Amino acid sequence: MTESNDDTRTSRRRFLTGAAGLAAAGATGAARAENPKNLPPNVAGWSKTLGDGVAVRPYGHPSQFEKGVIRRDVQWLTASRESSVSFTPLHELDGIITPNGLCFERHHSGIAEVNPDDYRLIIHGLVDKPLIFTLDDIKRLPRVNRIYFLECAANSGMEWRGAQLNGCQYTHGMIHTVQYTGVPLKLLLDQAGVKTNGKWLLVEGGDASGLDRSLPMAKALDDCLVAYRQNGEMLRPEQGYPVRLVVPGWQGNIWIKWLRRIEVGDKPWYTREETAKYTDLMENGKARKFTFVMDAKSVITSPSPQMPVKRKGFQVISGLAWSGRGKIKRVDVSLDGGRNWRTARIDGPVLDKCCVRFYAEAEWNGEPWLLQSRAMDETGYTQPSKDALRKIRGVNSIYHNNGIQTWALKANGEVENVEVG
Amino acid sequence: MSRSVSLIIASLLLASPVLAQDKKAPPRSYGIGQVATPAQIAGWDIDVRPDGAGAPPGKGSVKDGEKIYLDRCAACHGEFGESAGRWPQLAQGKGTLASNDPVKTVGSYFPYLSSVFDYVRRAMPFGDAQSLSNDELYAVVAFVLNLNDIVDDKFVLSKETWSQVKMPNENGFYDDDREKSEKAFWNSNPCMKDCRPPVKITGHAAVIDVTPEDKTPRKGGVE
Ligand code: HEC
Repeated sequence: MTESNDDTRTSRRRFLTGAAGLAAAGATGAARAENPKNLPPNVAGWSKTLGDGVAVRPYGHPSQFEKGVIRRDVQWLTASRESSVSFTPLHELDGIITPNGLCFERHHSGIAEVNPDDYRLIIHGLVDKPLIFTLDDIKRLPRVNRIYFLECAANSGMEWRGAQLNGCQYTHGMIHTVQYTGVPLKLLLDQAGVKTNGKWLLVEGGDASGLDRSLPMAKALDDCLVAYRQNGEMLRPEQGYPVRLVVPGWQGNIWIKWLRRIEVGDKPWYTREETAKYTDLMENGKARKFTFVMDAKSVITSPSPQMPVKRKGFQVISGLAWSGRGKIKRVDVSLDGGRNWRTARIDGPVLDKCCVRFYAEAEWNGEPWLLQSRAMDETGYTQPSKDALRKIRGVNSIYHNNGIQTWALKANGEVENVEVG
Repeated sequence: MSRSVSLIIASLLLASPVLAQDKKAPPRSYGIGQVATPAQIAGWDIDVRPDGAGAPPGKGSVKDGEKIYLDRCAACHGEFGESAGRWPQLAQGKGTLASNDPVKTVGSYFPYLSSVFDYVRRAMPFGDAQSLSNDELYAVVAFVLNLNDIVDDKFVLSKETWSQVKMPNENGFYDDDREKSEKAFWNSNPCMKDCRPPVKITGHAAVIDVTPEDKTPRKGGVE
């Protein structure tokens, strides 16, 4: 069992009415205490005795002292955990790669446990030759390795009407970045031979929700992958084991997990997941459809509400930035809520449709900070303020909230999700 | 160069366009994968399009649908589609889309009959997917339409009557226009200094207090 985060005090009604509650969110943090017996000049026990031998931990886990680094959910969000979401603990991570066990989950009918021997992928419809592949077939084909971010279109969706959730795990944790190994979708389609009137694909999952989406042919032929590995090992069941679709830069919902079928057609299907859901309702009651691309976005992961400041003096401000339109070109950081900006340092790889890690260094002497980050991508798109987004879209769209996040750092080092005006 | 070495080089050259993902390279067949039989495809091919393409044979009346709905759906979605607890609401919500509290339902939001039909066919009842017969599926969808005043009590849904169903919000959607409507966000020279008057905090997540108690330490260490 993982740590539970039941919160019976928190009802949806209170969220909806915005009634003030005790501002004690999570202040129960179990601080780890130093033990003088382990500190010099004393010699710690682990320096004197044997530890576990090899293969005692045949599949390694993080240190027992890192038990708090876990995915978490917000139970009042949904009626059942089988159709729900858990969030990546971004505040606990650095670099750009998300460890496999921490990648956020979004399921519509729970985790399908697919036996790899019984896995099949069918490609049919407007093709010369309908084909069926086993997992071994897919693994025999030429493969590529690509690192991409995957962001749910509803990431930050709770924040449209104002600051709601206190922690970047909850406000921004529906994203992860791993290296995929897989076959270009184009190569698989070539095996079947797409007819000239084939313009859209129906891509469908093999879980009990049978999630189906319409994917434009141009994207399918451009950079989509049929992937079976993440970070070198086989996909986790939560991520669609044994095979998922990778649709770089586009909303997570179309990255079909447990991929079982691809049908080539001449028109989109307008499935429930691309009409009732994943359409963006504007203020006038009309909705944008097929808003696939994830706009440039960023968030400071430390300091953040779950990663408060421990000491005055030198601080490393750290965060993630990404864009579905290409590479990140620049990230700016503000300490005063967006009045003045400085350009952050990007460290590590800068890849197409992938997260970058940025850092900004500063001295802090207890004065209030209003921390913000602003991403710019290679197309020149610059992450807008939340108010600029609301001006165009209103507050009902749920999806695609890529507005600039503000964290307030208080004199005691606590950090809070706030809205600024 | 020995014959075998040049053969290896030749075969490497053959493979390279794919590895480089060269989009102009002529497609190559690898002889991997079997031809899918019509029976294999038919077992999995359950999608339905707005024009009714893919809809199975069969039919079902609103009247028959009511019984199935009360048996198999109402526990979650409510007797009248109003939702029992926090499960999705299936009916009402007409005229709310432009309001402060939009209620998206089959009647108020779904653009096509197929969007509902295809979904129920593959995913409902939740936890017992693909358990309805074709006739039951037609009937229960007819009943959900009836709950939304889209068809009358006597309606029988089938491939033949498919096109008679007109969804109220069919014209409620338009293609992604961000590159036009949000053109102002393409600004590669954003302001860096004195960009706005002093900033005020206008809202606090901690006051709203809906964050789970997650045991992460949130206290700052600063005295
Ligand atoms: C155990 C509870 C449960 C039962 C029983 C159930 N549903 Fe559902 N229904 C759900 C959940 C949960 C969802 C949303 C799932 C998701 O989005 O991943 C849903 C979604 C739907 C939707 C889409 C709603 C929307 O706005 O997108 C329709 C339509 C629907 N159900 C119809 C039915 C019908 C018809 C039946 C009976 C044959 C049924 N359901 C039985 C739980 C249930």
